[in-house]
Amino acid sequence: MSNALSILRISNLKKSYGKNTILHGATLSLHQGEIIVLIGPSGGGKSTLLQCINCLAMPEEGEIFLHDNRVDLQSAGELNELRQKVGMIFQDFNLFDHLTAVDNITVALRKVKKMSKKDALCRARRELDQVGLSDKASLYPAQLSGGQKQRVAIARALAMDPEVLLLDEPTSALDPELVGEVISVIKQLAGNGMTMIMATHQMSLISTLADRILFMENGSIVEQGTPQELLSSDMVSKTRGFCERLNEISPEDL
Amino acid sequence: MELSPFYQELLPSLNRGLIMTIALIVPSALGGVFIGIVAGTLRAYGNRITRSIGNFYAALFRGTPLVVQLFVLYFGLPNIGLYLSPYMAAVIGFILCSGAYQSEYIRGALLSIKRGQYHGAQALGFSFFQTIFWIIIPQAVRKAIHGCGNEIIYLIKYSSLAYIVTVMELTGEGKTIATEYFRFTEVFMIIGLYYLALVSCAVFILKRIENKLYIPGFGYNR
Ligand SMILES: Nc1ncnc2c1ncn2[C@@H]1O[C@H](COP(=O)(O)OP(=O)(O)OP(=O)(O)O)[C@@H](O)[C@H]1O
Ligand SMILES: [Mg+2]
Repeated sequence: MSNALSILRISNLKKSYGKNTILHGATLSLHQGEIIVLIGPSGGGKSTLLQCINCLAMPEEGEIFLHDNRVDLQSAGELNELRQKVGMIFQDFNLFDHLTAVDNITVALRKVKKMSKKDALCRARRELDQVGLSDKASLYPAQLSGGQKQRVAIARALAMDPEVLLLDEPTSALDPELVGEVISVIKQLAGNGMTMIMATHQMSLISTLADRILFMENGSIVEQGTPQELLSSDMVSKTRGFCERLNEISPEDL
Repeated sequence: MELSPFYQELLPSLNRGLIMTIALIVPSALGGVFIGIVAGTLRAYGNRITRSIGNFYAALFRGTPLVVQLFVLYFGLPNIGLYLSPYMAAVIGFILCSGAYQSEYIRGALLSIKRGQYHGAQALGFSFFQTIFWIIIPQAVRKAIHGCGNEIIYLIKYSSLAYIVTVMELTGEGKTIATEYFRFTEVFMIIGLYYLALVSCAVFILKRIENKLYIPGFGYNR
């Protein structure tokens, strides 16, 4: 069932920690420009699934295909290649604390992409500009607000020219007044046609960006479909119940 | 003003001893930090075998008195045909002892780096060694520097133990004169001032290094 347009495909990924199976075989495929939103209760395995996709958590079973080429998960070289093509944005940013905003970006360009110092700097400045932070280039993470940190993290991931971006609750560690600036950067990415898989409980992202919603519970994808299918008022779905509860918490996000 | 014969003899000897003390401290401090980084990294990130070797080394040298280590190096090794000069025995002893303590500071600093830093690098395609070298170690150095500096200051003072393997350093030179003139209080107070001066120099240099490595978010705020 290989789709010519499939950019990333995972098949039957399984992950357990000790005796606990956290991911019971996840399968999904992602087309160019598609945006998949992962939702579900805490502990449902969303972060684990995202981390298995770029093997930050090594899945015990299953396969990953990039452009229908199977990635050999045992090969360090192929893994590094996969990780360069599949960028990741973390809930708590994970900026390198000892480097300035601009060096957070150049270090990866220089060490991983082997770019020259000058080219790397030029590229980094362009990416910072994109997220509206050119004036913060020489500040250290400790000197940035949460929203600014997350925007630097996004710039850093984009500088690697990823084909897919994985976002793990990119706004949930932020103060409410900072959420907006990150959301607008993500919307801008979506507008540019970036392919994404995003775990989020931000209704404004789910309702405006999602091409497909996956509902995860107890380590399995239990429902999936377009927002229209899952959220329409004549449909009884876990997704709809869940989103209604999200709305009760923060109705202004709709 | 003419100095009394006692001082005429004391000061040149102490100065000679001071030079020997510095000659002991500098290589011992550098060697200790180097061994500490190697052993600390192996203990934090090595496989089971290298980790056990590192742990055994640290346990051995932190678990036995330095005097005993020096005696073994100087008086014990000749039994198996290994002869070290007093100076070499002292420096090797200091490096090994200091390195064991330094490895503890380095290991602690490495382990205190948040897992997210490692994940962030891996997600960008850094290899394991690139991550350790470019991301983890630069941060660990900044976290370990206070502990490592403290150990170096301690080393300055325990360098006086070189005297027991007959290295004529500051304490040894002083003791000889003190015995000759039977003026222990004065001599040892002056020796104390010499050590105080040495430690002050070390504190000054360490502070300079700390300032040079300072990054917002690590350690104190300026
Ligand atoms: N490193 C780990 N070691 C052991 N158990 C883990 C580890 N990481 C996650 N788990 C467990 O896996 C389960 C799924 O966690 P995961 O973080 O993937 O959930 P999540 O859907 O992202 O939740 P949240 O919405 O709270 O972020 C949880 O029960 C968690 O305790
Ligand atoms: Mg999570």
